[in-house]
Amino acid sequence: MLKMPLPDQAIMARRVEIATALREMVPRENVVDGERSLKVYESDGLTMYRQPPLLVVLPETTAQVSAILSYCHREGIKIVPRGAGTSLSGGALPLADGIVMGMAKFNKIIDVDFGNRCAVVQPGVTNLAITKAVEHLGFYYAPDPSSQIACTIGGNVAENSGGVHCLKYGLTTNNILGLECVLPTGEIIRLGGKHLDSDGYDLMGILTGSEGLLAVITEVTVRILQKPETARALLIGFPSSEDAGQCVADVISEGIIPGGMEMMDRPAIHAAEDFVHADYPRDVEALLIVELDGPAVEVDDLVERVAGIARRNNSANLRISNSEAERLLFWAGRKAAFPAVGRISPDYVCMDGTIPRKRLPEVLRGMAELSRKYQLRVANVFHAGDGNLHPLILFDANAEGETERAESFGADILRLCVKVGGVLTGEHGVGVEKRDLMPAMFSETDLAVQQRVKCAFDGKGLLNPGKVFPLLHACAELGRMKVHKGQLAFPDLPRF
Amino acid sequence: MATFSPGTELELAELISSAPGPYKIDGLNSKQRLGRHTSITHRLDLNKFSGITAYEPEELVLEAGAATPLAEILAALGDTNQMLAFEPPDFGMILGSNSHGSLGGLLNVGFSGPRRIKAGAVRDHVLGVRGVTGRGEIFKAGARVVKNVTGYDMPKLMAGSFGTLAALTSVTFKVLPRPETEVTVQVLGANDQDAMLVMAQAMQSSCEVSGAAHVPGLGTLLRLEGIASSVQARCGRLVQLQEKPCDVLDQAASRQMWQRIRDCQILRLSADDVLWRLSVPPVLGAATMARISKYAPCTYYFDWAGGLIWAALPFANDGHAGTIRNAVSEGHAFLFKASDAVRATVPVFHPQPHGLNRLSDRIKQAFDPDGKLNPGRMYLEN
Repeated sequence: MLKMPLPDQAIMARRVEIATALREMVPRENVVDGERSLKVYESDGLTMYRQPPLLVVLPETTAQVSAILSYCHREGIKIVPRGAGTSLSGGALPLADGIVMGMAKFNKIIDVDFGNRCAVVQPGVTNLAITKAVEHLGFYYAPDPSSQIACTIGGNVAENSGGVHCLKYGLTTNNILGLECVLPTGEIIRLGGKHLDSDGYDLMGILTGSEGLLAVITEVTVRILQKPETARALLIGFPSSEDAGQCVADVISEGIIPGGMEMMDRPAIHAAEDFVHADYPRDVEALLIVELDGPAVEVDDLVERVAGIARRNNSANLRISNSEAERLLFWAGRKAAFPAVGRISPDYVCMDGTIPRKRLPEVLRGMAELSRKYQLRVANVFHAGDGNLHPLILFDANAEGETERAESFGADILRLCVKVGGVLTGEHGVGVEKRDLMPAMFSETDLAVQQRVKCAFDGKGLLNPGKVFPLLHACAELGRMKVHKGQLAFPDLPRF
Repeated sequence: MATFSPGTELELAELISSAPGPYKIDGLNSKQRLGRHTSITHRLDLNKFSGITAYEPEELVLEAGAATPLAEILAALGDTNQMLAFEPPDFGMILGSNSHGSLGGLLNVGFSGPRRIKAGAVRDHVLGVRGVTGRGEIFKAGARVVKNVTGYDMPKLMAGSFGTLAALTSVTFKVLPRPETEVTVQVLGANDQDAMLVMAQAMQSSCEVSGAAHVPGLGTLLRLEGIASSVQARCGRLVQLQEKPCDVLDQAASRQMWQRIRDCQILRLSADDVLWRLSVPPVLGAATMARISKYAPCTYYFDWAGGLIWAALPFANDGHAGTIRNAVSEGHAFLFKASDAVRATVPVFHPQPHGLNRLSDRIKQAFDPDGKLNPGRMYLEN
C-alpha cells in the first residue's frame, strides 16, 4: 500500500494556532477546520487513497496566497494545492500535517481578448467555462479533458491535462501563453503574457505539468481558437486490434491528422453499448472513432480517404456521420465508457500509459495475460492517435486482497508500457499513484536532475511533498551527489 | 583556443566533470553570433553526436544526435512528406555563416518560424533529450512518444537555454505531415495599423491561416495550407473578407515568400546594422513599432499576425537598447544581431524582474553550479 512521508507531530500539535494565524490572512470562514468539513477534501479523483488534511484554506487574492505561503515557508508547514479535486493520480491527496490550499474562489474570467486570441482567467475557472465565455464569437479553448465540466484551468496547468483532441490541438502546455504564480517563499512571479514567445528559460514549460510541486498558480492566460467550421466522424469496427492499429498508422502515414481518433476493445465496446445504446457493433474486437474537423470541403474529402484506408484494413463495419446528431451518437458510447465500466464492476481503476502505437497488439496481448494472472477483468479505451492507453481494471474493493491485486496489475501494465518504449503517464500525471514506478522509466541521475529543479523553486520541499518522486532527498544532499563516470553513485536512501 | 571533441557521452561527462572549463558549446558553428558575446576559450565540439537514430513517420517521432545538420533532418522528413511544423528558420545567411545549423542548435536557441501562430513553437514539438549537465551527469528527459506527462517537462527547459544548462547529445522531436499545397493572399495598400486589423480579422476567421505577415511596401501576407480543395475554398473566403485589393500568390511564389520572411531575408541589412527581434501581443505590433520609429530610423516587418517584429537600425554603441525596450510595454526584445562589442555590453536578452532573474539563476545553478557550460551567454551574471 501507499506510504506517505511520516507526519510531523510538532506541526500537528499546532493545529489551532495555525488556524488562528490563517484567519488573520483570509476571511474567517475561508479557513476550514471542522472534522466533517475536512472530510470533503480527504481525496481527489483517485478515491482509493484518503487522508483528511490538517486544515483547508481558501484564499481569494494573489496577495493572500502570497501571505499564506510566506507564513508556511517561515513555519515549515506543508501545502497541498487543489483545484476541483478531479486528479486521477492523487495529485491533490492531502497530508495529515499539511494545509490544503483550495483555489475554488479564484473563479473569475479577467479578460477576453479576441484581437490577441487569448483569455486571462483565474485558476479556479473550469475548463468548460472558458469555452462558454468565448463561444459567442465562434471561439473555444482546445484541451478537453473528460472532466472538463468540473476540472479547473489551474489544475489543468498543474497536470498538463490532455483530452481526446490533443493529437491535433496539443495538451494544456501548448495552449497557454502566460502564468502568474506564487513561489513557496511568497514571491509572485509572472511568466509570458499575451505575446507568443518569451526569451529566458521556459519556466512556464516546466511549471505546466509540475503537479503542484513548484508554485501555486494564480492566473492563466490561455490561447483561444476559432472553432472548426465542421466536424464529421467515422465509426469503424475491426475483426482484430491489429487491423485497427494498422488503420490508425495508415491514416497518419497518409498525412491525415484527425481531430480525434479513439479506439475501444471488445469489453469496453460491450460495456458502453449496454449503457448508452449507441448502436455499436458487438461482434468486433476493436472499434475506432475517427473525427475529422475543419472546412467542410476538406472534411468531406478526408472522410472518404479514411473510409478507403479502413476498408483496405479489413473493416467489418463502417458508418459515416451525416448529421451532428449522428456524430454525437458515435461519441456517446466512448464518452460514457468510464461510467459504463463503473456499472459492470463495483470498482475500477483507470491507468494511463502511452506506447508507440505500433506496439499496441503486443501490449493488448500482454494485458490479457496479466488479466489471467491477476484474475481481474480489464477493458481498454485508447487515444489511438497519440498512443495514450487507458486500461480500466475492474475489481471489488470489498473483496479481500482485490485492491492490492488491482494495484499490482496496474503497475505491471505500466511497466509493460515502459518496456515497449512508452511512458508511465500520458495525461493523468504521476501523483502518488505512479510515484514508486518512476525508477522504471528514469535512472537515479535523471530523477536527481528533475529534483534539483524542484529545489530551485522550493528549497524547503514544502509544496506537495510525497508526490511524483519516490525518494526523499533534501536539496543539500542532491547538491552533493557524487558523480562517477557520468553516473551518480546510488546513495542508500530510505524509501517511504 | 583549445577544442575538445568527445566521441561518447561518457567522454563528454568525464571532460565536463574533470576539468574546470568553462566551455563554449558548439555544433555546426552557425549560431555563435547569437546571444551575449563571451570570451570563453575552450570549445566543446559536439559534432560526433550526429545522425538520425530513429525516424518513425507513422509514430510522428524523429530522434537524432544533437549535432545532426538540419538539412539532413529536413531531407529525411521531405522523403515521407513530413515536417517540423514550427518551420525552423535558417539564420545562416543573416548571421554570416554558411551553415544551416543543427537540430540541437535549433532547440537551444528556440526560434520558430511563421507557422508558430498556428502550429506552436520549437518548445511545443520537442519530446525528449539526452545530454550531460554542468555537473558531468549523463541524463535523459522526456521520451519518444508524442504524449507524455511523466515527471517535469525538462525538454522544454532546454528550448532557448542557449547551452547554459546541459550539453545535449540527442534530441527527439514530434513531426507532422507536410501540407499538400499552399497559397498566399497578398493584401495591398494597408498601412501598419490597418494591417494589424487585416491580420487579426484573418486569424479570427475559420480560414485557418498558417502565416500572417506585414511587410511595409510589399503588403499584408496571409498564408493558407492544406489539401488543394480546402485551400481553394478558404482562399475564396479570405479574399472576400478583404476591403482592400489583393493578389493571390501560387504555391511556388508563396513558398519563396515565406522562406524569406522566415529567415529574415526580407530586410536589406548593412554590415553594421543592429537587428532586433521583438515579441509583443499581436494587436500591439504597429503601435510598438511606431514608438520606435519616432526615435530612430529603421526598416522592419511584422510576422505572427503582428506579434513578431524584426527591426533593423543603424549602428549605435548601445544598439538602441533603451529606445527599443522602452517601446515594448508587454513582451520582450532580443538583440538578434550586433557586433561582438555591442553584444558584450548591451543586455541581449530582455532584462527580467528581480524575482524571475533570481529563479533563473537558481535553475542555472541546479544544472551547472560551477558555470562550466556557456556561462554569460544569456545573462552577464550566469
